[in-house]
Amino acid sequence: MLLIPCPFCGKRDEHEFTYAREAHIARPTNGEQMSDAEWAQYLFMRKNPKGVHYERWMHAKGCRRYFNVARDTVTHEIYAVYEMGQPAPAIERENGR
Amino acid sequence: MVETYQRRSALAHLGLVARAAGSSRERAGIIMSEVPHRTIVNIRGMASDPAFSSAVQTATGLPLPEAANAVSSAGVWQILWLGPNEWWITGPDGEADSLIEALRANFAGQHAAACDVSESRAIIRLKGPKARDVLMRGVSLDLHPRAFRVGQCAQTGLSRANALLHLVDDAPTFEIYVLKSFSDYLWRWLETVARDFGLAVEA
Ligand SMILES: [Zn+2]
Repeated sequence: MLLIPCPFCGKRDEHEFTYAREAHIARPTNGEQMSDAEWAQYLFMRKNPKGVHYERWMHAKGCRRYFNVARDTVTHEIYAVYEMGQPAPAIERENGR
Repeated sequence: MVETYQRRSALAHLGLVARAAGSSRERAGIIMSEVPHRTIVNIRGMASDPAFSSAVQTATGLPLPEAANAVSSAGVWQILWLGPNEWWITGPDGEADSLIEALRANFAGQHAAACDVSESRAIIRLKGPKARDVLMRGVSLDLHPRAFRVGQCAQTGLSRANALLHLVDDAPTFEIYVLKSFSDYLWRWLETVARDFGLAVEA
């Protein structure tokens, strides 16, 4: 079980949240000029890192707000929680995994 | 507007008034009741905008709680924090229309909204020295008096139903707001748990 710190409500059990996949994916503004392959790249292809992953969570049973989380996919350690619209913080990992 | 003579509360079918008559409160660790028909007005706006908070204060006489999970209350009225830009104003039955009218007049020119959600929720009141023990079986929230204090509220999952808990006093008394469609289920779940601690029903 993860304790996820909602930026608005504070630390809550992971069961109060829904996972909303990778963060910081901007919809292209030039969709008409893109090839199918490029569009598919935007639509379907996601990072799958072993380490820090920037992702969105939604506090479904609480304030119902989306926010961003930087989480280690190996240890589940949460390095940072930040509001929508904020840039991804650089994460220095000590163990260098 | 529902005709008054046809109006039934969400848990009316459980016959709580009749059950309360035959229910002994002596040695009860838990007293359960329904709070029927309370005005609930949902408001949205920017807490950081002083015009918004003063608009709310003018209409309700209550300060807008800006801290997470905070409640401001006076008498029968309270404002419950739901999120960084969302609150419920709750009060006596039948007050929603005039409150919304006052709020909307004060919100003129602002990015703000008020709407009546009174009929969406049922309210279950759980009172008595064992109230925390009952809730602890269904929430992951820390209910220790140090962590969840009188005059605070929190939205959370209570036995898998989305609910808002408001700790009203240190009896302790909890008011549990739940969608009406979950209220029968949640009442029965609470009652099943409360039997372990000695249950009485109050009208
Ligand atoms: Zn939250």
